[in-house]
Amino acid sequence: MSKKNSGLHISQQFNSELEEIRSHVLAMGGLVEEQIRNATQSLVDGNVSLAEAVISRDVEVNKAEVSIDEECTHIIARRQPAATDLRLVIAVIKTITDLERIGDQAERVARMGTRLAEVERPKNNYHELQNMGESVAKMVHGALDAFARSDVETAIKVSKQDEQVDQEYDGLMRQCLTFMMEDPRKISQMLDIMWAARALERIGDHAKNICEYVIYLVKGKDVRHITIEQMENELKI
Amino acid sequence: MSTESSKKSHGINMDALGREKRSNTLADETICITTDNLNLYYGEKRALHDINLAIPEKKVSAFIGPSGCGKSTLLRCFNRMNDLVDDCSIQGDVLIDGNNIYDKNVDVSELRRRVGMVFQKPNPFPKSIYENVAYGLRLQGIKSRRTIDEIVEKSLRGAALWDEVKDRLHDSALGLSGGQQQRVVIARAIAIEPEVLLLDEPASALDPISTLKIEELINDLKDRYTIVIVTHNMQQAARVSDYTAFMYMGEMIEFGDTDKIFTNPGKKQTEDYITGRYG
Repeated sequence: MSKKNSGLHISQQFNSELEEIRSHVLAMGGLVEEQIRNATQSLVDGNVSLAEAVISRDVEVNKAEVSIDEECTHIIARRQPAATDLRLVIAVIKTITDLERIGDQAERVARMGTRLAEVERPKNNYHELQNMGESVAKMVHGALDAFARSDVETAIKVSKQDEQVDQEYDGLMRQCLTFMMEDPRKISQMLDIMWAARALERIGDHAKNICEYVIYLVKGKDVRHITIEQMENELKI
Repeated sequence: MSTESSKKSHGINMDALGREKRSNTLADETICITTDNLNLYYGEKRALHDINLAIPEKKVSAFIGPSGCGKSTLLRCFNRMNDLVDDCSIQGDVLIDGNNIYDKNVDVSELRRRVGMVFQKPNPFPKSIYENVAYGLRLQGIKSRRTIDEIVEKSLRGAALWDEVKDRLHDSALGLSGGQQQRVVIARAIAIEPEVLLLDEPASALDPISTLKIEELINDLKDRYTIVIVTHNMQQAARVSDYTAFMYMGEMIEFGDTDKIFTNPGKKQTEDYITGRYG
């Protein structure tokens, strides 16, 4: 659905309800994006107070999910949406589930940040994690942008970035394993790093899911569980 | 991996998770009614524009569209009800089971026996419930009391009304509620064993519960009859039909699988109509 024709419902009330849901999702997305950036930053800088702020703000993300879910239920019950309206509501319900999980993963990164702040910092200052955090935050931003503009091309582009994040994750895993074998005293610290990396990698997956919902919203096609190439082929038709 | 074990992977019956998959698409259906470049004029005014449509047998097809778009007019073409309108003229063909119903040698009463119709307002005759249902049979010259008794019971059961009226079959049909009257009319229509049932907004004068009963009935009847329903209520079309046609200004905009029309219609006009946007 393009934004320009969402303003044409005969029922103005219905219009504004749908617009409200959209903007609430974007607001929730903005909050989640900020959580990712702050969580990564807190870990990289060893900033415990920032990490704790991220952990306590996760409650807001959860609240947003519950309240948007409720709005969607009301729209289904009262308006019986069809076609693009139906797909919007379905896409929103799914998107906020993924956003909430992204919020949980950001919280996990922040928790690892508080633990890593207590031990000696590596020379490169968690450079890899900073990169990964930056990449997935960009993915989430791109996914939300695609949602806001009903932009399939952006959705595909962001989906593709997930592969790069997965590679960064694999590289970091290997590095950690090497360090663990070299010096068993570092195992605990390395495990924390791996948990944080794992959380960031999951955020990439969730961002990709959101892109798939955007494609469903705009094209009415279910592109989950297929490769990027199959996805592009699907959408050519 | 055998099909059996793949269906039950991880101890979950995958069939139970998936909704029953519709076996047919419109392309594989047996077709009952076909229109071929059908045009209809009321005097000078062209009410139907080149309608080409293939309505599948023993399925429910719904016509939706704004007032005056020609959906009732098209429905009435299927049993030549438009013949009764003075200045109405028709070009093109309507084929039922391959035969053009507008051929000169077609017996119109026989056609209307094969193609029954139910209207918006229940119109039982001012007679008993029993006589309403038996009416068509008597017209056909059936005399045997036993045969008539049997068919009346069967039809009333078929119309999901038997249990409600079996003790008062000889009371006037006009004493029934609107929903019951509408089901008497449906029983009357199916008593003479038609092939096709045309329903012109059959539930629009009824309360929600009676409406649901009629919809349930439509679902039961589709195993035996080809059903075409005109409705203003889009949710009703979504609930009862297998296929949906969207008409606009006398044209057939889109005809397809109801699931598809209501989730991802092919034409923008359809989309605008079912989502309640300005066309």
